[in-house]
Amino acid sequence: MIEPARRAVEATLSAGASDAEAYMSEEAEREVRAHGGEIESLTAATKRGIGLRAWIGNRVGYAYGTDLSEAGIEVLAARAAEVAGLADEDEFAGPPRAGADPVADLMLSDPSVGQWTTADVAELALDVERAALEADPRIAGVEQAVYADSVERVAIVSSTGIAGEYERSDCYAYLQALAEGESGRETGLGFGLGRGPVALDPAAIGREGAERATAMIGARKPESRSCPVVLDPTVASSFVAIAGNGLGAGAVQRGRSPFAELVGSEVAGTALVLHDDGLDPDGSSSSPFDGEGVPRRRTALIEDGTLRTYLYDTYTAHRGNAASTGSAGRGGYRSQPSVGFSNLVVAPGALGFAELLGEAGEGVFVTDVAGLHSGVNPVSGAFSVGASGRAIRGGELAEPLREFTIASDLISMLKAVQAVGAVARWVPFGGSVSTPPLLIGELTVAGS
Amino acid sequence: MSSGHGLIEPELAERVLVRALAHGGDFAEVFAERTAGLTMAIDESRLEAVQAGAGEGAGVRVIGGGTTYFAHVDGLDPGDLERAAGEAAAALRAGRAEPLPLEAVASTPQPIEQRPAEVPAERKAGMLRELDERGRAAGPEIAQFMASYAEVRREVTVANSEGLYTGDDRTRVRIGAQAVARRGDSVQTGAETLGGHRGFELFDGDPGEIAAAAARKALVLLDAGPAPAGSMPVVVGGGFGGVLFHEMTGHGLEADHVQKGASVYADKLGEQVARPLLTAYDDGRMPNEWGSDSVDDEGVPTQKTMVIEEGRLTSFLYDGVTARHDGVASTGNGRRESFRHLPVPRMTNTYIAPGEGEPEELIAEVKRGFYAASFAGGQVDPATGDFVFGVSEGYLIEGGRVTRPCRGATLIGNCLEALAAIDAVAGDFEMKTGVCGKAGQKVPVGTGQGHVRIGAMTVGGTEV
Repeated sequence: MIEPARRAVEATLSAGASDAEAYMSEEAEREVRAHGGEIESLTAATKRGIGLRAWIGNRVGYAYGTDLSEAGIEVLAARAAEVAGLADEDEFAGPPRAGADPVADLMLSDPSVGQWTTADVAELALDVERAALEADPRIAGVEQAVYADSVERVAIVSSTGIAGEYERSDCYAYLQALAEGESGRETGLGFGLGRGPVALDPAAIGREGAERATAMIGARKPESRSCPVVLDPTVASSFVAIAGNGLGAGAVQRGRSPFAELVGSEVAGTALVLHDDGLDPDGSSSSPFDGEGVPRRRTALIEDGTLRTYLYDTYTAHRGNAASTGSAGRGGYRSQPSVGFSNLVVAPGALGFAELLGEAGEGVFVTDVAGLHSGVNPVSGAFSVGASGRAIRGGELAEPLREFTIASDLISMLKAVQAVGAVARWVPFGGSVSTPPLLIGELTVAGS
Repeated sequence: MSSGHGLIEPELAERVLVRALAHGGDFAEVFAERTAGLTMAIDESRLEAVQAGAGEGAGVRVIGGGTTYFAHVDGLDPGDLERAAGEAAAALRAGRAEPLPLEAVASTPQPIEQRPAEVPAERKAGMLRELDERGRAAGPEIAQFMASYAEVRREVTVANSEGLYTGDDRTRVRIGAQAVARRGDSVQTGAETLGGHRGFELFDGDPGEIAAAAARKALVLLDAGPAPAGSMPVVVGGGFGGVLFHEMTGHGLEADHVQKGASVYADKLGEQVARPLLTAYDDGRMPNEWGSDSVDDEGVPTQKTMVIEEGRLTSFLYDGVTARHDGVASTGNGRRESFRHLPVPRMTNTYIAPGEGEPEELIAEVKRGFYAASFAGGQVDPATGDFVFGVSEGYLIEGGRVTRPCRGATLIGNCLEALAAIDAVAGDFEMKTGVCGKAGQKVPVGTGQGHVRIGAMTVGGTEV
């Protein structure tokens, strides 16, 4: 795809841009949804498109489309240059320069995606559902068991000498299990992800959903109080991702991050060590280069409780007088690059799960949170979100709890991280995050 | 007849449907779409993020033996469409089925006076600059201000094996404003939007008002204390307060959840689920509303569906698949984010019908409670009925009066209990725009209501 991307860059320059960049992607996807022992739907898809970034001096504009014919590209190139003319001058705007070569081969494509037939992956989705149904007699059904995979090829070419491409495969499976409780139904999510279907364990995914659903039977509201809280990795990952968004230099430079002016300061308990790692072979956001062609890398964000750096793309690096950390994110050809984390990785600690509960003593184990998109103020870091989980009594899991909220602000919560579990897990919600369970020393729990 | 009809010719649609049913199936459909849009933003008083997008594509689905086979492709190349049909049909093993001859059905798109694409881009930029000035003029404590503009035209053509050939031509515009206010260590945000299934005439009034409103919300919160925690009466504001009903009832009425036993409303049809003072609708035909369409994404005309009549549950919301399952007619709620998605039952504009009395009267009867004037959003698990809402603008009610503002509150509860606990609906009424996510698909929805009071609800604040 390098050649057509190169031609698109030339067309954009001919349309009047002083610099140009083309991002092309081609993706093959499939998805299977199973319900009640039957295949509910089978989807096969191909996607392809191109996004063109045009600079006219310090003005930048973007246009994208799906018409990859020569005429289509010309229309798009003209549109990119035209909308660049609408933008205001921004002294920090400019294309990245070609620099160090990206890592040659990250092995991000798993051949099992191509080798497993549609019938094979349909069977996998059915296995996920079956495992949940067989795990516990109280499982009344499964709302949906889903398998999906994709193989994507990406190419980026710029007028400043950047030219690269890569291929990456991803897959995941999940289900929502339904348990029959005393006072209604309970739901439980089970999931797994990997580079290809061979990496998934359908029985474990099904069992997880069943266990989460049955664990909630008989749940009631806890009393309102402040207490130690253990966050399951699926929950910890959400808060880590919110922190990761605040560590993007874009939010910081525009005065919209709770981490502004805190580099070198204490922002977390010493137990918490956080990296951004765009090269982790298991990370779903890994790639040899970022959304504007700058090589990905591993960046220490929080060590010894201290904030080390923000994440930079080319624009925020110009503006912050820093170097790009290869952190230009991109949601496909339909969005222009913007600074963001790749894979956030919390370093595992020393404590097993039982020891973590023992350390908590009397508190709450949170297994699920809801309302993150509305209950978090990303500027101040204040949050109040709905939660469910289990009571912790005498250092052990006790009765299930529901319909309560946990509230604090992000940095206070990070500072209260008292211990980190020993086993990390990849969680794909709200970004790619690998984290163990976290013990928060004190958090407000509001119930009855 | 709408221009959406022209995306693929009937002859091509017929060829695609024949190919889709080549190995059997009870139903086949081709959905073609063309979108063109423009977005821009102002941030730090600088116009930026100017982006033009265009796309075409089609999705073909075949339903056979309870399974849906779906293939989609970027672009409307006839060869690609036929290939997609072949791919969708590939897993079927029965004998050929025949689609009925296509018959064009006219649709009447929502009236658009001024096509946004024909309005000079400079006027759109000018409007954002005006928003920026209005937001910043609200006070020296406004530290940051951002505003965005988005327009999209979405033409669709739907043809199916039952002989339907129709389409729609949808134009939506929306502006949003977000303000950040700062005083010492206190940082607060306020946001407001204005949108419609409408042309640029939506902005004929005073679009700058949303900038002032966003700034006002942020400034009010600077004086906010911690929110209370615990169970108490809650009064919910009009307009976007309707997201409460959208989440706690609307999603549970979507027939796919109901049929899988994953809705707390599944066995409640015909039953009293709320007090007689409550009547509610889903209405995809409201003129120029954000969640309106002429036909849904299966080509079924949108309609006004009464879902709760004086407290009694009267209807679920259906798309084609779930309607066939229950042996009823689709309620025109089969919606999809794009040709890349399968249609599922979705709300359009959902609202609680206005009651009687002034909002102040609802508040006057509360000794100690919480006033949720506006929400940032919400989420529900339709299977358990557990929901949560983030309050973006909230106040304490003391002695029948709204007193101090509160920050960082969340409302949490269970659908059936909270719906039954609505004990007053005021006579004011307003619709607001939202973007609803379900099954990985986002669609524009309208939410609305007047002021509503819930007898008891858990407020999750930090003040225990």
